[in-house]
This record gives sequence, C-alpha cells and structure tokens, in this order.
Amino acid sequence: MSKAELALAAAASPQYAEWLRGERRSRLIVRGAQFAVLIVFLVLWELLPKAHILNPMLTSYPSALWPTFIELLKETPQQPGILTHTWATVFATVLGFTGAIVLGTAIAAVLWWWERLYKVLDPYLVVANAMPKTAFVPIFYLWLGASLSVYGMSLAISLFITILMIYSGFQGIDPNKVKLALTFGASKGQILRKVVLPGSVPTLIAALKVNAGLSLVGVVVGEFQSANLGLGYLIQYGSQIFKMNIVMTAITILAIVSSVMYLAISWLESAVMRRR
Amino acid sequence: MQASATGGAGAISPKVEISDVSLRYFGREGEIEALRGVSLTIAPGEFVAIIGQSGCGKSTLLSLISGILKPTSGTILLDGRPVTGPNRKVGYMLQQDYLFEWRTILENAVLGAEIQGANMTKARERARMLLTRYGLGQFLHYLPRQLSGGMRQRVALARTLCTDPDIVLLDEPFAALDSQTRIALADEVAEILRREGKTAILVTHDIGEAISMAERIIVLSRRPGQVKSNHPIRFATPDSRRPTPFTARNAPEFNKYFNTLWQELEVHVEG
Repeated sequence: MSKAELALAAAASPQYAEWLRGERRSRLIVRGAQFAVLIVFLVLWELLPKAHILNPMLTSYPSALWPTFIELLKETPQQPGILTHTWATVFATVLGFTGAIVLGTAIAAVLWWWERLYKVLDPYLVVANAMPKTAFVPIFYLWLGASLSVYGMSLAISLFITILMIYSGFQGIDPNKVKLALTFGASKGQILRKVVLPGSVPTLIAALKVNAGLSLVGVVVGEFQSANLGLGYLIQYGSQIFKMNIVMTAITILAIVSSVMYLAISWLESAVMRRR
Repeated sequence: MQASATGGAGAISPKVEISDVSLRYFGREGEIEALRGVSLTIAPGEFVAIIGQSGCGKSTLLSLISGILKPTSGTILLDGRPVTGPNRKVGYMLQQDYLFEWRTILENAVLGAEIQGANMTKARERARMLLTRYGLGQFLHYLPRQLSGGMRQRVALARTLCTDPDIVLLDEPFAALDSQTRIALADEVAEILRREGKTAILVTHDIGEAISMAERIIVLSRRPGQVKSNHPIRFATPDSRRPTPFTARNAPEFNKYFNTLWQELEVHVEG
C-alpha cells in the first residue's frame, strides 16, 4: 500500500477501509492472474517438447533461450553479435515511425492548407493506405539496396495511415475554436500553429502508438528479404539452418522491444496529457 | 413603427453604422437568405440587444460586424470606416468559452494579444489584472478543465477585453450556463462593460436577459432577418442611473417590456 493509500485508510470510516481493502484485493488478483498466464505459458513451452508431445526441433525451450542469447552475444567476423542485430532493428523502427509522424504531419498540414489538393488526392491516399506495403519489400530492395530498403519499408508502412489519421484529427478540431482565432484576425498560419496543431496532440500520440507496431512489422519483413543485419535477418537465418533456439531468442527480444516501445509511448502520453 | 433602427443620440457620430446589409449563404442544397436589408445605427457607449427566433440571423449579424463574414450587399461602418476584415476595435464573445484546453487560464486570456502581435509583457500584465478583478487571481496557472462553467466564461470575458476593444459583441454568452450563474454573470458583465464605456451588442433569444442588460432592444424578424422594431428600454430610478440587470428584473417596467416583446416574437411563431 502506498503512503497516500495508508493515509486514506487511516482517516477512513470502517466501511471505506473495507472498500479500499476490496479494491486492493481485486488489483492483486488481476496482477497475479496476469503473471500466472505467463508462467503457465512458459512451463507448457518447456514441458511439452521435453515430454515429446511437441517436436523440440520446431519449438525449442525457454530454458535454451538464455544460453543461446549468451552465445549470440559473441561477435565473429562472419556474424555480428545479437545486440548489434537488436540495435539495427530498433534503430530502423524508431527512424521509421518518427519519420512517419514528422512527414505525415507535414503532409497533413499541406493538405489542410490546400483543401482542394486533399480532395484530389483523397482516393489515392485511401488506396495507398489499404495496399499491403510488404508486397513492395522485393521492389524496395532493388530500388534502395540492403539497409535503405529496410528504412524505406519502416517509413512506408506507417506513413499513409499517419497522414489519414492526422488529417482527420485536424478536421476534428472544433470549428468554433478556429472562429475564435479568426475574430482576433488570425492568419491561416496562426490558425495552424496556435489552434490546429496543438489541438491535434492527442491524435499525434494515437498515431505514434499505431506506428510503432506497424514500423516494427515493416522492419522485420524488410530484414527477411534484404538485410544481413537485424532480428528479422536472424530469424530468417536461424530457420534456414534449422536452429530454433536462434529464432525463438530473436522473437523473444522482439516481444521485449515492442513492450519497451509501448511503455515509452505510454509514458510520453501521460507526460503530454497531464497538460489537458 | 418604422422598420429602421436609429440610436437616440443622432447628433453624435455613430460607433457602428449598418446600412442596407443583406447576406445569403450558399450551399449544395441551395441558397439561404439570412439577412435582408438590415440598417442599424449604434452610438458610442450604447448597450444594444438584438433578439429574435433561433435562426433569424442574429449571430450572422455579429459575424458581419466582426468582419469574419462579408455581406452579400450593403455596408458596415465602424467609426465611419468600412469593415473589410477582423478589426482590433471589436471583441467577440462566443456562445461558449472555447478555452484551449492545452493552455493555462493566463495563456488563454492573452490569446488575442498573441495573435495580434501585441507586446506580450503588457498583455500578460493586463490579463493578470483583469483575471484578478474577476476573482480568478489564484487560478492563473490552472487549466480550463479545473474551472467551473461560470469561471470559464469569465476567462473568456478577460480574453475578449485583454485586447481592449471599443466594441464588444456578445453572442448569447451565457447560454451554456445554469440559470443562477447566468443572472449573476450577466450582472457582472453589464457592470464591467458600462464602467469601461464599451459599446456592446448582445445577441440573445432570452427576452429577460435583453431587457435587464440593454438600453435598447432591436427585434429581428424570422428568416430572412429584417429589423422589425426598435425599443428603447428606460427604467425610472431615483438617481436616474440605470439599475443593474438584477434589480431591473424587479422593476415595474420590466414586465411591461417583457409582454410587448413577447408578443412581437409570438407573432412570428404564427406568421
């Protein structure tokens, strides 16, 4: 119980103290159950292949992951260490989704400025967004080469959804707020800077959340095809030489990377939203 | 009664002069004639209310005076100069406060000054002074969501007056408030505007609010809005000063005016 909670409980009526205890119990039950799900999953993953109910060649074991990880840390002339792979993937992902936010916001602002341009481009944007961008992985490889194609995919996969989300965020701004700025004689640029952009911060955060996941997909798929670096490459390589230990270790790191990115964006969100 | 509305004081040059203004809105479904041939003259320091049914073009008229809309025909003069766009002499208070939730109270109050590129140190000082006068001194760095509806509308008033306009347009500024706050705030606002010698134009469909606050009431007909009648509001007081809106509501003249205006609006419901 935190200090604040203790203080509350001390000052509370017996009924309220009882209610607080109930709330706390309920929170503990949820946390405990979440943890139990993870444990059950890991135990089954460990035991089912050991008992030869599943083929261990196809699944590996959780207990094999840490030794594999330690082994993969080593850098060899042929093979960079796993931290280098992880960094390559994280870097390309962050580059992709931040690039998509910056470029997407800029393009959305241009479309907001020239509404007629938006009307012209609208169907193309919708189609571009609906296209499976990963279909372009081989073409990007030909056009951009090994590492640039991964960055390109990371950006492309997030860009169109970002433009559409942010543009609709711009349109969702209360027209009366714009009218208010107009009554003070605001120029179009001032309306963009003082009303539309700051009013769209929640949309930007939402877009960031969507993008982080999308860009990671883009990067991993890009690495399957083209790179000799990155977790996607490691997964591809591990499955080609049939070493499930490598594949599963890489996938586990991907899970950790996604969780960390999610937490970082949630933290950013609460930091920004405290102002609202 | 003749359907043009001229201020009582003909000798003084008018603050606002609206001559034969018409406005039509265009849309896919057709065109809507919002105002037809409206002529009005408002003297400096006068407090005028414009009443009419919803959709009669009252708010449109304010948008025209503020310069954010252009009339289809006719002219509007402020201090003898034609309105071509938003003017610093005009402050506009909208139906709701529309405070920016990402700005503090003080930052909201200086928005107009900021947009107009005014000296920000002076603007902040003035905003602080106004907010303190309206009882918001200890909330300067609060966010709008932490304030009640009445407090928020006071911030909106400070934002309007921070740029020191001569003419204040009030577009049903109390419509979103509960009835007690509404009457209390109407009292304050009328008092503030009178004391500062502002010319005020209040748009409302609340007859009581109009009578209690304004020196003159202009009735607009239903769409297309035309000036239907013009009623000077006078209260007999011992010191010949105008009563506050709250006391005006208890004056014997109040009911007389109320009934007259009620009937005028009623006619339009049938007609």
